[in-house]
Amino acid sequence: MRFFRQVAVVAFKDLRAELRTKEAINASLAFSIVILLLFSFAFDPSEDTMREISGGLLWIVFAFAGTLMLNRSFARELPNDCLDALIAAPLPASALFLGKCLANYALVLAVELVSLPVFGIFYNVHWARQFPELLLVLLLGTWALTIIGTIFSALTVNIKLREVMLPMLTYPILIPALMSAMQLTTALVSGTPIGADNVDSLKMLIGFDIVFTAVSLVLVETVLVG
Amino acid sequence: MSAVAVEGVWKFYGDYPALRDIRLDAAPGSCLALIGRNGAGKTTLLRIVAGFSRAQRGKIEIHGNDPRDTETRRQLGFLGHGIAVYDELSALENLILYGKLYGLPDPRKSALEWLERTGLERVRNGLVREFSRGMRQRLAVARAFLHEPGVLLLDEPFTALDDRAIAVLQRLLREALAAGKTIVMSTHQLREALELATHVALLSRGQLAFHGQCTPEMAADPGYIYARYGEA
Repeated sequence: MRFFRQVAVVAFKDLRAELRTKEAINASLAFSIVILLLFSFAFDPSEDTMREISGGLLWIVFAFAGTLMLNRSFARELPNDCLDALIAAPLPASALFLGKCLANYALVLAVELVSLPVFGIFYNVHWARQFPELLLVLLLGTWALTIIGTIFSALTVNIKLREVMLPMLTYPILIPALMSAMQLTTALVSGTPIGADNVDSLKMLIGFDIVFTAVSLVLVETVLVG
Repeated sequence: MSAVAVEGVWKFYGDYPALRDIRLDAAPGSCLALIGRNGAGKTTLLRIVAGFSRAQRGKIEIHGNDPRDTETRRQLGFLGHGIAVYDELSALENLILYGKLYGLPDPRKSALEWLERTGLERVRNGLVREFSRGMRQRLAVARAFLHEPGVLLLDEPFTALDDRAIAVLQRLLREALAAGKTIVMSTHQLREALELATHVALLSRGQLAFHGQCTPEMAADPGYIYARYGEA
């Protein structure tokens, strides 16, 4: 019980700090919408191929925009040496990590949910047709993005080129999760429900989330303290 | 049992040994001043004692326990170079946050009490980013003392403090010593430190050059210890 209270304290602290400055969320949202707009000039929204690449396009935008947000996760602890105070506090590193993940998850999801209607308008895609299933894919895919982004944000926090390093480290590891999310999203916006054809992608996404959440929770103490 | 025990600690940065076989201890209720030139290894040692990084060899014990134990950390208060409070939060919100993380029974009450003790009660709802340097420093002191730690680890606590913050910190440290708490502080400000210190440890190029009681000669002449035990 105490563990989850500490998780909530860290998550609310991060959300409160972010919502006061809006540094990361503004940058991430603006980036997401600008990229969607620019890509819409490059592709003809009337073609069927548009629908076929929609999942890939959407998740590339989410991954890029999400990384902008996740980069700030541990970096915001650097001014004033707040990270030292958090490491010194009597909470498990896993509680600190999970709290940060939940705050990041809420922020990245918010950006995605705002971007989704924009995507629908620019690309003439009926994304709301199977919204509950699409939401499930969003929730699972975003958790994968968040968990990997947050653990590598902790790992790269003291590196000067962390803005470059974080995408270089996270994207290769995210490939299985992104591939699954892209395939499922493409199917869902094309009107194909989750079924025998693509249920393996859903299983992969769920498995990825479980495995990397567990691994990250175990490794975070070593990542932060050595 | 020592409040802080450092047993044969080595720390390497690459091949460079920043700390070499450091052995020292601080008894409960004592104040150990950790002194040495820049680069001697004071901050590295304090960070290892605080549990921020691990020694490659040797071990640290706080009241007989590993500094990374959750319960041990509850006993530690650390005041480092940074103020370790969030600019985007108010003074009160910062202290309540740490109060919750340390599991205090009434974080708000403790936060208000420490804001008053450090003279910040009138600006309690002001955002830290709007604070003057002195106010930020006093808030950092309040943050370090908030959970009434039994062992205080202070890294250059008097550096860059204004007169009022120095007075507040010295008063709090005297009260802590009187209450039987243990203090380990690294410092260049020998005069302020030796007023409080019961023991002194001199680090020189990662090695312990002297560790013993603070004598009247040291207290009278802060340069004495360097002349007697330090490098030329």
